[in-house]
Amino acid sequence: MTEKIIIAGEGGQGIMLLGKVLAEAAMLEGRFVTWLPSYGAEVRGGTAHCMVIVSDEQIGSPYIKQADSAIIMNNPSFERFKDRVQKKGLIIANSSLVPPPQESGRRFVFHPFTSLAIGAGNIKVANMVAIGCFIRITGLVKKESVLKVIQAHTPAGRQEVGEVNKRALAEGMALA
Amino acid sequence: MQKIYSRPLSLKDTSTHYCPGCGHGIAHRLVCEVIDELGIRERVIAIAPVGCAVIAYDYWDFDVSEAAHGRAMAVATGIKRMRPENIVFTYQGDGDLAAIGTAETIHTANRGENITVIFINNAVYGMTGGQMAPTTLLGQKTATTPGGRTPELYGYPLKISEMLAVLPGVKYIERVSLHSPPEVLKAKRAITQAFKNQMDGVGFSLVEIIAACPTYWGMSPQKAQQWIPEGMLKEFPLGRIK
Amino acid sequence: MTGSKKKMLISGNEAIGAGAIRAGCVFYAGYPITPQNELTSYMAEHMPAAGRVFIQAESELAAINMVFGAAAAGARAMTSSSSPGVSLKQEGISYIAGAQLPAVIVNIMRGGPGLGNISPSQSDYFQATRSGGHGDYHSIVLAPASVPEAYTLMQRAFALSETYRGPVILLGDGMLGQMMEVVELDTGTKAPAVTKKPWALTGCKGRQPNIVRSIYLKEGALEKFNLLLQKKYHLIRQREQRYESFAVDDARVIIVAYGTMARIAKQAVMALRKKGKKAGLIRPITLWPFPASAFSVLGRPRQKFLVTEMSYGQMLEDVRLTLEGRAEVSFLGRAGGGIPSEEEITARAMRLLQ
Repeated sequence: MTEKIIIAGEGGQGIMLLGKVLAEAAMLEGRFVTWLPSYGAEVRGGTAHCMVIVSDEQIGSPYIKQADSAIIMNNPSFERFKDRVQKKGLIIANSSLVPPPQESGRRFVFHPFTSLAIGAGNIKVANMVAIGCFIRITGLVKKESVLKVIQAHTPAGRQEVGEVNKRALAEGMALA
Repeated sequence: MQKIYSRPLSLKDTSTHYCPGCGHGIAHRLVCEVIDELGIRERVIAIAPVGCAVIAYDYWDFDVSEAAHGRAMAVATGIKRMRPENIVFTYQGDGDLAAIGTAETIHTANRGENITVIFINNAVYGMTGGQMAPTTLLGQKTATTPGGRTPELYGYPLKISEMLAVLPGVKYIERVSLHSPPEVLKAKRAITQAFKNQMDGVGFSLVEIIAACPTYWGMSPQKAQQWIPEGMLKEFPLGRIK
Repeated sequence: MTGSKKKMLISGNEAIGAGAIRAGCVFYAGYPITPQNELTSYMAEHMPAAGRVFIQAESELAAINMVFGAAAAGARAMTSSSSPGVSLKQEGISYIAGAQLPAVIVNIMRGGPGLGNISPSQSDYFQATRSGGHGDYHSIVLAPASVPEAYTLMQRAFALSETYRGPVILLGDGMLGQMMEVVELDTGTKAPAVTKKPWALTGCKGRQPNIVRSIYLKEGALEKFNLLLQKKYHLIRQREQRYESFAVDDARVIIVAYGTMARIAKQAVMALRKKGKKAGLIRPITLWPFPASAFSVLGRPRQKFLVTEMSYGQMLEDVRLTLEGRAEVSFLGRAGGGIPSEEEITARAMRLLQ
């Protein structure tokens, strides 16, 4: 089984981290993973994306031409990447910033990740809400693996940061 | 009979390839005398330039590295950072230090690397055949300024020592000359200071030595020595710059 | 404690830094350029923390010459850059080869010529393998195809540079530098092997002075030195060819690719095999010396080769030189941001098999 995921949004939304958390969780489960960032001159405010592949086999190119799924956090990214997801693929999008599309065909899941993150206590954890939603639907990695990754990335003595991320993950998992 | 003067241990017993009246021979000897007197021959690592002194290791009896043209201070930085216990100095001409190596010179000084720089300014490229140097005087005829250096086409003599003096990383700069015995003694005192600074961990120290190049100045050795106070020192006044 | 491992998800750039530190690199000088900045940042953080030297140089020229100095002083030293910056380093690399100093240079290639762009590219193959600077010299060139391989080859790079006293180039593309994969980092405390360097500049206490130089002015001296270098290069060609071959024994079409391209080519080979097509892969790991031994039993009649690169045909020349007309060699290449895809490679291979 190989899952190719495009994760996109704007700089400052924690897009790179979102991809890394997914990839690290898959690593903890013994899978092959690659993570490839867009590495242009994007800084805060510009669009940013990364590509994550999780597989049971060695992975060839880390670049994804056609994705199995996508996590989209803002509207410019939705316009840019929606057609890069295969016809039967899944697109999880942040309805706080992406208006629901007219077209049908692909599997669209829209939830207000940004609003939910504000509710959870920090706008920055919209990425964790999205991960929760994504893993609940796809079952790509276990919740416990993601929790381990969050714990590992929580700075020493800043347990409250870890807690808000965990809350956001739980919020996301409750959505689907 | 008591021997009161002899060849420094750091200077090999051989004749040099330098032209009659050239400043390099005296400058080499002064550096070697100072190294002997400070007792640091076995700790010294020198970096020779590209220019007439490119094979200085044929004359110096201590560890020497070559460097690409202009890069001596970058090489010195690499050596000194890895071996802070050694005494590292570069020996560079005006083309090497103040033209092709200007960036390395300014940034090594600005980092305040604890090294010693011996800068030979004879206002001309010697090894390549007498072309204009950044320090060539206005009106001076060279292979590439056959009508004399004009500021409209070639700019002005570059006073790199004065430029470096504004950098906080630079601890000592003195300009000396070799045109008379008293000046040679002053030059030796400055070289001693520049090495002592490094031994004491003071920081970047540079001695600019105004030296003659009779061959490419188109003068006899005697006339060239006279030309130093009459011409060179008007543009490059002697003394402590920092 | 020795021999312990720690699994981590890290980028190629970080893995190169980690490999260098594991190999006992004590000196790094570099200058910012995309897409290798993570390596410079990694070294800025980890070298001083390990009591080693990190310098952000004022230019690529300064960086490579600082490495020259550190190497001359006997230190294990490296620099890194990307294509335009590596062009600037060529002078220094030539001097390093001429002075027979061990040093490692990393090039995380981007598109060119000129400023080009920052997309992944393999367009510096000629520069790396054909002595990019002046003079008759070679650098050993290593080309990892994955992040874990970048980690291990970086360690090998230092060993090779000291064994043969010369520059070793680790050549990757922007994708390899940027992508993350899982690497088993060696967290053991076993110290890296120490090479004796009696030639190093340490001050002449208790010995004759050492001279580090590449200049030979006496009549006949430079030719003699060049012959010595050639002897060394001959030895390296004999001993150090490295490659991976995959499914080549009965293959009718053999794809040749290195670095990131080899990952894509391998996928194409597997896809072709699934269809029952006899395809194979040769992946050079050393680009210089080029692994001619991988081709020695190949080039039978009806066997065809397909070289694929992120360039317009550079390694292609080495494959042709190696096969000396014994087999048909085709080429599929893109550069400037384009990457030959698995589908393109498969389609071309299918045509060759008809």
